[in-house]
Amino acid sequence: MIALQDRKLALWYIGVAYIAFLIGTLMGLLQVFIRNDKLQLPAWLDYYQILTAHGVLLALIYTTFFIFAFFVTGMSKSIGTFGPKVRLVSWIGFWVTLLGTVLATAMIVAGEASVLYTFYAPLMASGWYYVGLALFVVGTWISSFALIGHYRVWRKNNKGELSPLFAFMTITTIILWLIACLGVVATVLFQYIPWAFGWTDTINVELSRSLFWFFGHPLVYFWLLPAYIAWYVIVPKILGVKVFSDSLARLAFVLFILFSIPVGFHHQLTEPGISNFWKFLQVVLTFMVIIPSLMTAFTMFANFEISGRKKGATGLFGWFKKLPWKDVRFTSIFIAMAFFIPGGAGGIINASFQLNEVVHNTLWIVGHFHITVGTPVAMTFMGLTFWLIPYLTGRKFTKSMQILAFVQIITWSIGMLLMSTAQHILGLLGAPRRTAFSNYNNHPSAMEWFDGILTSHVTMAVGGSILFLSAMILIYIVAMSMFLSPKALKVEDQVEFPMAESDKTHTPKWLENWWIWIGIAFALIIIAYAIPLSSMIMHAPPGSEGFKTW
Amino acid sequence: MHLHKFEKVWLIFGIISLIVFLSIVGVTAFSHDHHPSGGMDTIDPEKVDQTAPFDNPGVTQIDDDTYQVAIVAMAFGYTAPELRVPAGKEIIFKVTSKDVVHSFTIDDTKVNMMVVPGQITTRAYTFEKPGKYLILCNEYCGTGHHFMFTEIEVY
Amino acid sequence: MSKNNEHDGLDLRGTLASVMVVGVIIVVMWVVVYMMYLGR
Repeated sequence: MIALQDRKLALWYIGVAYIAFLIGTLMGLLQVFIRNDKLQLPAWLDYYQILTAHGVLLALIYTTFFIFAFFVTGMSKSIGTFGPKVRLVSWIGFWVTLLGTVLATAMIVAGEASVLYTFYAPLMASGWYYVGLALFVVGTWISSFALIGHYRVWRKNNKGELSPLFAFMTITTIILWLIACLGVVATVLFQYIPWAFGWTDTINVELSRSLFWFFGHPLVYFWLLPAYIAWYVIVPKILGVKVFSDSLARLAFVLFILFSIPVGFHHQLTEPGISNFWKFLQVVLTFMVIIPSLMTAFTMFANFEISGRKKGATGLFGWFKKLPWKDVRFTSIFIAMAFFIPGGAGGIINASFQLNEVVHNTLWIVGHFHITVGTPVAMTFMGLTFWLIPYLTGRKFTKSMQILAFVQIITWSIGMLLMSTAQHILGLLGAPRRTAFSNYNNHPSAMEWFDGILTSHVTMAVGGSILFLSAMILIYIVAMSMFLSPKALKVEDQVEFPMAESDKTHTPKWLENWWIWIGIAFALIIIAYAIPLSSMIMHAPPGSEGFKTW
Repeated sequence: MHLHKFEKVWLIFGIISLIVFLSIVGVTAFSHDHHPSGGMDTIDPEKVDQTAPFDNPGVTQIDDDTYQVAIVAMAFGYTAPELRVPAGKEIIFKVTSKDVVHSFTIDDTKVNMMVVPGQITTRAYTFEKPGKYLILCNEYCGTGHHFMFTEIEVY
Repeated sequence: MSKNNEHDGLDLRGTLASVMVVGVIIVVMWVVVYMMYLGR
């Protein structure tokens, strides 16, 4: 087991993550009923306020806090206990991140920030909302630097050696995050905050949107990569095999540093102010970032097949039956991976230049991120939660908890399948996202959306209700594992941190030369962004004043 | 860094598929003008009403086969009187916003335009079938966002 | 890069078949939406 002080830090992160999860999923439940016209909110509460809270709490807060819990635990496990300086800086990072979270959430609750988590100008929230977001990012940076410091100590003590795979992947994710945040920090610090506090009168809208999406797309990879770490490093251990290929795993991760950032324009394909050339260039770069995911798909199936064949499976698909289905740590993550197949395929469609016109800002997109971040990422985190909390608290993951965990992931899968399928189809029919109930004056097209069995808001509501039930079961499991489950006094009751062995003997050393990857990443960013961003600044129209339209 | 031969097969298949996707969208976009909506024209968001073509929003016939439709979006509606256009003719939509970001999205068509204050979004489209098409805003713009819609009649 | 390869001799036919299924899903979904795009 890792050091007590490191466990405490990780547990605080998880605690905040699941408080955010609890409130965020409740907001999700309210939404599906409002969209179904079955629920009228009291006058002091607005649909878009709830939607903002749902997005911020789940997509930003739950993910980020859980990711740091996972990183702290895994780094302590793979490269050793944190030194006093690393620990102090980590705690400072935690509290700053939490302060930012509380400030931003308070502004949402106060109705001063119903601007959704994309906070597009010139919708103008209270300046304190943006200060909260800035503190949140700065807090994660402090925590990131603590982890980098910890890693550097290890490198210094192990000269010439490649770091353990978990540490390598953590550092990759952190580098990605640090570079990605430059965009959002630039726009929040230099555009939104001076404007929202009235120090400047107007804002350059198109520039703020582009800087947001410079951050917005790698943000999704910041969620996805920790899930990939679990897929690459933890799943093989549960399957009883080694990491399929240490070098290919590392290569896939560095490709994400290169290609997940210079691609933000694919979120802006249908808007003015960016010429077709630059949009298409970033579409091409977006397609490059699909390649490491294709590599990952192969590695995952290879793990399954090698494990199954070791257990005596024969034939083309015999290995499938030999997978450890009764182990919820595995089954949860397997389902998460399965959801990522249509999720990833949908992502390719979204990024396909003019095809984006079919799906942009429709419910398809909502369906898309519920089967990318909402299940592949979130359910991987659930699959980790089941053992991570008992591992940290030294409690048992009891038989009854394991059964409950199965109920939880199965209900989540069913709920998500119903809801996201409905959303995908409704989106293709044209139903807009981020929109409260409206029948558009009984327009026949809008009425059609509500008709079918799958293509209805009813299916979405049923799906959403099942999801909420599942979320509450998870909260129960979390609370039990945190505070109430019996202590694991005997060694055989203790929960392990499954971390697969990885054979580094054939892995080239240059993979861990970070300056190469950071250098190429910045070169690609300059190629993709320098000219269009500077033209946005030089040919800017008169700026926009702030509006509070809620 | 050795790849298993099946992994090579898979990656070659995957990469070729991606190249095919990109070629299809790229060639049709740049040679047949299938671009998504966009445009580089700018405007003062506070002087929209005084700036052509938005000083006179609505449908204007440009020549025998081309019509222009100028639309001003604002929370929570569109300034677009009498939207009637013929089928089979090229309609050039030009849209801008007087306040926050909106969209101008015509149901069941390729017209799905982001509307950004300070910018003019352009999209050419030819309706095939006559009928009344729903136009709605699919970018969150405030409390009344879901009441922001209108209609265009194609004859 | 090393010549001796830890993957030689592994039977990964099932893996190839599985990823190809993934590939077909990707292509089919893309073509469906492309057809919808052309139809609008």
